[in-house]
Amino acid sequence: MKFTLDWLKDHLETDATLAEIETGLTAVGLEVEGVEDPSRHLEGFIVGHVLEADKHPNADKLKLCKVDTGSAVLQVVCGAPNARPGLKVILAQPGTYIPHSGETLKKGNVRGVESQGMMCSWRELSLGDDHDGIAELDVGLAVGARLLDVMSFDPMIEISVTPNRADCLGVRGVARDLAAFGLGTLKPLKVEPVPGIFKSPIGIRLDFAPEDAGACPLFAGRHIRGVRNGDSPQWLKDRLAAIGLRPISVLVDITNFFTYDLARPLHVFDAAKVKGDIRARPAKAGETLAALNGKTYALDAGMTVIADEAGPEALAGIIGGEHSGCTESTTEVFLEAAYFDPIRTAATGRKLEILSDARFRFERGVDPAFVVPAMELATRMIIDLCGGEASEAIIAGTEPDWQKSIVLRPERVAGLGGVEVQVSRQEAILNDLGCAVAEHADGLLVNPPSWRGDIAAEHDLVEEIIRINGYNNIPSLPLPRSPMPKPVLTPGQRRAGWVRRQLASRGLVETVTWSFLPEAQARLFGGGAPEMHLANPISSDLDVMRPSVLPNLVTAAGRNADRGMRDLGLFEIGPQFDGPEPGQQRQIAAGIRAGKARGRHWAEPARPVDAFDAKADALAAIAAAGANPDSLQVVAEAPSWYHPGRSGTLKLGNKTAACFGEIHPGILATLDVKGPVAGFELFLETLPQPKAKATKARPLLKASAFQPLERDFAFTLDSAVAADAVVRAAKGADKALVADVAVFDLYEGDKMAAGKKSLAITVTLQPTEKTLTDEEIEAVGARIVAAVVKATGGELRG
Amino acid sequence: MQDLDRIRAEALAAVAAATTPEQLDAARVAALGKKGTISGLMKNLGAMDPEARKAAGAAMNAVRDEVAAALDGAKAVLDAKALEQRLSRERIDVTLPARPESLGRIHPISQTIEEITAIFAQMGFTVAEGPDIEDDFHNFTALNIPPEHPARQMHDTFYFGERVEGGRHLLRTHTSPVQIRTMLSDKPPIRVLVPGRTYRCDSDMTHTPMFHQVEGLVIDEATNMSHLKGCLIEFVRAFFEVDDVPVRFRPSFFPFTEPSAEVDIGCSREGGELKIGPGAGWLEILGCGMVHPNVLRNCGIDPDRYQGFAFGMGVERVAMLKYGIPDLRTFFDSDLRWLKHYGFVPLDVPTLSGGLTR
Repeated sequence: MKFTLDWLKDHLETDATLAEIETGLTAVGLEVEGVEDPSRHLEGFIVGHVLEADKHPNADKLKLCKVDTGSAVLQVVCGAPNARPGLKVILAQPGTYIPHSGETLKKGNVRGVESQGMMCSWRELSLGDDHDGIAELDVGLAVGARLLDVMSFDPMIEISVTPNRADCLGVRGVARDLAAFGLGTLKPLKVEPVPGIFKSPIGIRLDFAPEDAGACPLFAGRHIRGVRNGDSPQWLKDRLAAIGLRPISVLVDITNFFTYDLARPLHVFDAAKVKGDIRARPAKAGETLAALNGKTYALDAGMTVIADEAGPEALAGIIGGEHSGCTESTTEVFLEAAYFDPIRTAATGRKLEILSDARFRFERGVDPAFVVPAMELATRMIIDLCGGEASEAIIAGTEPDWQKSIVLRPERVAGLGGVEVQVSRQEAILNDLGCAVAEHADGLLVNPPSWRGDIAAEHDLVEEIIRINGYNNIPSLPLPRSPMPKPVLTPGQRRAGWVRRQLASRGLVETVTWSFLPEAQARLFGGGAPEMHLANPISSDLDVMRPSVLPNLVTAAGRNADRGMRDLGLFEIGPQFDGPEPGQQRQIAAGIRAGKARGRHWAEPARPVDAFDAKADALAAIAAAGANPDSLQVVAEAPSWYHPGRSGTLKLGNKTAACFGEIHPGILATLDVKGPVAGFELFLETLPQPKAKATKARPLLKASAFQPLERDFAFTLDSAVAADAVVRAAKGADKALVADVAVFDLYEGDKMAAGKKSLAITVTLQPTEKTLTDEEIEAVGARIVAAVVKATGGELRG
Repeated sequence: MQDLDRIRAEALAAVAAATTPEQLDAARVAALGKKGTISGLMKNLGAMDPEARKAAGAAMNAVRDEVAAALDGAKAVLDAKALEQRLSRERIDVTLPARPESLGRIHPISQTIEEITAIFAQMGFTVAEGPDIEDDFHNFTALNIPPEHPARQMHDTFYFGERVEGGRHLLRTHTSPVQIRTMLSDKPPIRVLVPGRTYRCDSDMTHTPMFHQVEGLVIDEATNMSHLKGCLIEFVRAFFEVDDVPVRFRPSFFPFTEPSAEVDIGCSREGGELKIGPGAGWLEILGCGMVHPNVLRNCGIDPDRYQGFAFGMGVERVAMLKYGIPDLRTFFDSDLRWLKHYGFVPLDVPTLSGGLTR
């Protein structure tokens, strides 16, 4: 919403400065978005008098002028065609800031002649677009006077109006709030009915079925004949131009003026083009309207039109029709002031994608009690500016019911608003805002004004009072709290935090990616079902909820590789979507490593990432989450997006805790990402919650006094035997003595028989009661070998 | 005894002459070995009478100890020399790079949510979460957003297809539905903080179709606007770590709060650099207000007895302001250079005791 300071002062009697008004607007909730004060950059410009304007000696199109500054005569080179002796001009001297160019004027030399100043066009002062020549000032102005002293400049203010404040989409509503805030007095608005001289040849009908009567409950209008449509008076053109509206013709400008002045959109039909009565009615399917914006719209029965016998002439509350629009040749008009239903207006406007000042106001709710007064005021203005005479007013329908009575308990202002405001002040604020206030057993009985449909209940009144009283007068109190705050995270939230920092400390970089992805990618990762599609995606690239976090990470690796960063690790903790219902989502920690796990280095060989990098990440994350990695079973199976031979699943009982492995090379190829890429997905919610313990005490340390010892064993096994089977068998051979089993060698080379491999383990024995004798060590070793042989069918290598 | 003197002199001379561990060992064997000169003399002791044996034994022991001490001394000298020689051979180029390790980063969104949480935890807010896919009731209806409200339109909200049961699910447009879920499941007093992903049909320089919000909700019998102000002013100063940052509350409008406010913080833009703190400018950072009685009613909470406030802020927005990150869209690009530059090292856990930010 835009207006100028002078415009505001049409409604507000005030001495307040522009700065005070800006502060006041924001304080009452009409946030100032911008102020254009043209005088801000006009310091330094003075009125100059052109004494001579001769031809430039070295240029045909330039003139060499002598300009009187009041204290000196300057030589000025000027290219403007209208530079001539006797002219009063706007003169800038070296050192003056020129608003349009944004530069400070320097003494110049133009084609060998010194120029000691510049005569300016309006555009150079950023006062309009006129650059046809230099600005010509009133010849009566004193030479040497400051431009700021001899011209008045009207600052333009732009505010943002929240959707509940339809009344502030007119300057008068803004003025009322400022007056209530204490920045002046609201001037009275006199509405004097214009007597009708004749009976309108055009009638008004409301043609609605009873259930649709709310679409247009009230329609007032009148016929005005003998008007002359032409240019608006300068003041009206200036007003509209200042807020960015192009003056068109006085009749159109008047309706625009009412829209911005009183938040009251009107329409004026060229009465000569209206056939029969004007009627408001639902549009009929198949009807069209050629609108004033040059477009033609197909209408349907949910829309309200203003029509004549021939058909729709306007879309109610949104836009007028081309056919009956006013032109230079219009001599008789039919003025429309009506109340249109906000919801229907909004729906129609959205459907047809028409943004108009009228729609903007009707869909927020115009003042239902101001229909007839607006018609009278507009009639007066048309007659004043265009001449002519008015018919009797025609009023169809009745004012919609808007009266409300609300009881305000004054103590609620402090109780809810947190600030003590005296009852007399509460009453005064409400009065200033247009409310009628009376005594009531519980406090005050308040009738909000017709233009404040947003005030519906006691808390709304509290807001009005504390708003006008000033939010900055609300004291700020600390929220009462316990002196020693308790931990606030759920176990799941803490766990996600640990996993996040664990993965980052392992070299993976956290990222955050979209919850949606292209359908084709969703399908590669087990998703893309019809019910997971967005009906209105932002683009076809982001149309399906992600079934996994991995595809986004893989494509991110691809994008980074395109930027030259091929070796990287990324992870994300976020949702994957398993179904279309609320709650059918799981929290996933997923990570990938791409390219080389270790780059080329003088001390160590380079190697590409592999499934064991992903496995290590998954296990580290699981450990960070507080679960015991040893309680997981590793199974050689994984979803289809992993390499079938180089991937696995970590299971807790029959539940999948995590999957890991190389990403399927076929998928990498489809995603156009160079491999290898290894990744994991950890299903955080699958991990068991840590048990709540009575104390935080740890179990007693049982450190053995006896030295542990290590024994190595190598087995010849079928290639298919899992290392895990060997490790588990060795561990189980003597649970009291075997403290650890580690695989330290795997050989599958050609020294082994076909289908065989060699696996070497080192077993740590930890005696707890006494040092072991050689015989005892031997016996344990034999049990370990036997257990492994039994479990795997392999044999000890000699 | 002359033998003893001679043997002593020879042994000590041999020790003194030894320049290698091998020569020293030969000297030791020659004197003290089983067949060594001193050992040989000692063998004769058995043939002596007790008196003579006593005197000779003492003398021989003295010589043996003296030679042994000389051997130890010489060995220490030789060892030191050998070590010195070894060290002079062992040299590395210490300018070679160490074996590489890599440290990841925490995304600014995660870090910022943790910071915000740390502050509100101090004020007794617990952290609640809710689903990204929501229904109309939790995202709109219960929040007093009428059916015809523009926010419900397809151009603002992501919808799924028509359901068999009728209606459409949607991607939550704010974290406020978690307010509703909390009020439906918990009894007042309530203090919750809700971080999470949110979605709107918007994609341009300053909007992304997905972003993050943190929502706060306080419901009890006494909390009013002055507590709302106090709570948020404390938050803003703790979060931006600027004690004197001006905070401004402006009346505003949201369907789910009444009275409503927007909160601005002071800033200066001197020299083209944005600085949070006292200055000529204001930056909007969050919206808030007293929970609308209709919202309480929709959640089965008696608005005549209970009241409270709610607030919501964009995580990316406050992160951008605090950390000077210029472009919202870059948060979701997964550009490694950006992540490493704006991300946080994993040891930087935000705490109030240690300071939120290094």
